[in-house]
Amino acid sequence: MARVTFPFGPQHPVLPEAIQLQLTCEDERVVEVLPVVGYMHRGIEKAAERNPYSHNVFLCERICGICSFIHALCYCELVESMTKIKAPPRAKYLRTIWSELSRIHSHMLWLGLLADSFGFESLFMQCWRAREIILDTLEMTTGQRVIQSTCTIGGVRCDIDSEMKPEVHRQMKAFKKELEAIYPVFARDYTVKARLVGKGVLPKEQAWSLGTVGPVLRGSGWAYDARMLGYAAYDELEFEPVVENGCDAYARMMVRLREVVQSVELVVKALDRMPDGELAVTARRFPEGEGIIRVEQPRGELVEYARGNGTVRLERLKVRTPTFSNIPALLLMLPGCEVADVPVITLSIDPCIACTER
Amino acid sequence: MGFLARARVKSPWILHYCTGGCNGCDIEILACLTPLYDVERFGILNIGNPKHADILMITGPVNWRSRHVLRNLYEQTPDPKVVIAIGVCAATGGVFHNCYNVLGGVDKVVPVDVYVRGCAARPEAIIDGVVMALQKLEAKKSGGVSYAAGAR
Repeated sequence: MARVTFPFGPQHPVLPEAIQLQLTCEDERVVEVLPVVGYMHRGIEKAAERNPYSHNVFLCERICGICSFIHALCYCELVESMTKIKAPPRAKYLRTIWSELSRIHSHMLWLGLLADSFGFESLFMQCWRAREIILDTLEMTTGQRVIQSTCTIGGVRCDIDSEMKPEVHRQMKAFKKELEAIYPVFARDYTVKARLVGKGVLPKEQAWSLGTVGPVLRGSGWAYDARMLGYAAYDELEFEPVVENGCDAYARMMVRLREVVQSVELVVKALDRMPDGELAVTARRFPEGEGIIRVEQPRGELVEYARGNGTVRLERLKVRTPTFSNIPALLLMLPGCEVADVPVITLSIDPCIACTER
Repeated sequence: MGFLARARVKSPWILHYCTGGCNGCDIEILACLTPLYDVERFGILNIGNPKHADILMITGPVNWRSRHVLRNLYEQTPDPKVVIAIGVCAATGGVFHNCYNVLGGVDKVVPVDVYVRGCAARPEAIIDGVVMALQKLEAKKSGGVSYAAGAR
């Protein structure tokens, strides 16, 4: 059988971002995959060395527009740990609320794109309609839809006051109602199952040895989530990771679907338990020495490392994003699948190229 | 106005490409297509093939690698076409202006007709930009404005 190599991307309707996969096929079966990267690289890590600490929050936020709040949270917690200041309790709860809202909007976006990738157009529209409720909540509480710019070193810049609180509760209730209609379709529909069950299998042992993170790892039966470390207010919210044992694209989809339900509960819980108090404290000096931190993004574990030298600028910032750890697993999942399944399997790791290439 | 020109303005097809931004504007473009904003009611369709497109929607600052892709997409889109640069990054480089791999705005590589401001650009602003682009498309069709392929 003759081998044919053809490009999948960088411009492809399924991918909102630019990455190229060079697929080598025998007939309809993929035998080899080679990722070609660099279409989204900007050089943020180097640019971060030229900016003052407080400006880097906005730069870090724009590493990725989908999980922007969590990137800012990660950077702020890192600088706080290096300068030995602690964000006030109210700021911690607010950070938790906004990072869970970002998680919901990221997962709903992904669920929609997944439905679109196997041609279930109406489900895509439903997911994105439900997502608009979350974006409205974010806009009401922070002033922006996708890039919030509310996190700052030492705390947060916006508040959810007593007037907004019942409105957030009401919107969460409205979202839950929308989710109740979507959940059974993803969980039980024949079309969804036919396109996802048994596709892109990643065995439990390999998931660990390849170093995958996030829903890819949890979909292969490992209870591992950086939120268990208890940063922000997660240690006070009785957080339990969502785990599925299917090891396939369907299991990864179910992890994300169940995480949406869990995140809604976390938002409501955090909103009820949020203490009163100030929103931010000021850092009195510039960081010196090294720091490292792990937080959980919608796509998995995000690691940031920074080194400061007591001046107004960072010496080094290193970001390791979850998609970077998940791409090796993708290269293992793709060979042997059919060409028609390539978009579904590629999406099943929720690739975020803007994060990965920075 | 001929039949083709009328059809183009009534049902413009959009090609969307991200030249290296943060995704914020990309998801807002997708949000335009979904029920709350629903640009399909104006006949606007998102398609994957540059040869079928009338409007190029470009997001993000152009970096050294994606400039070739952007150039190809521009040249493969049949005339008359309009280019919309979405977000501040696509206009000037924005927050990434001092990154080493960033060339600058989209207008460094291809001529731009409409700039949409915002970081990230709001769906309402994007729809407004498309409406402005349609007026330009009409003007181009009637011979008011014209660009040679690869003007810069």
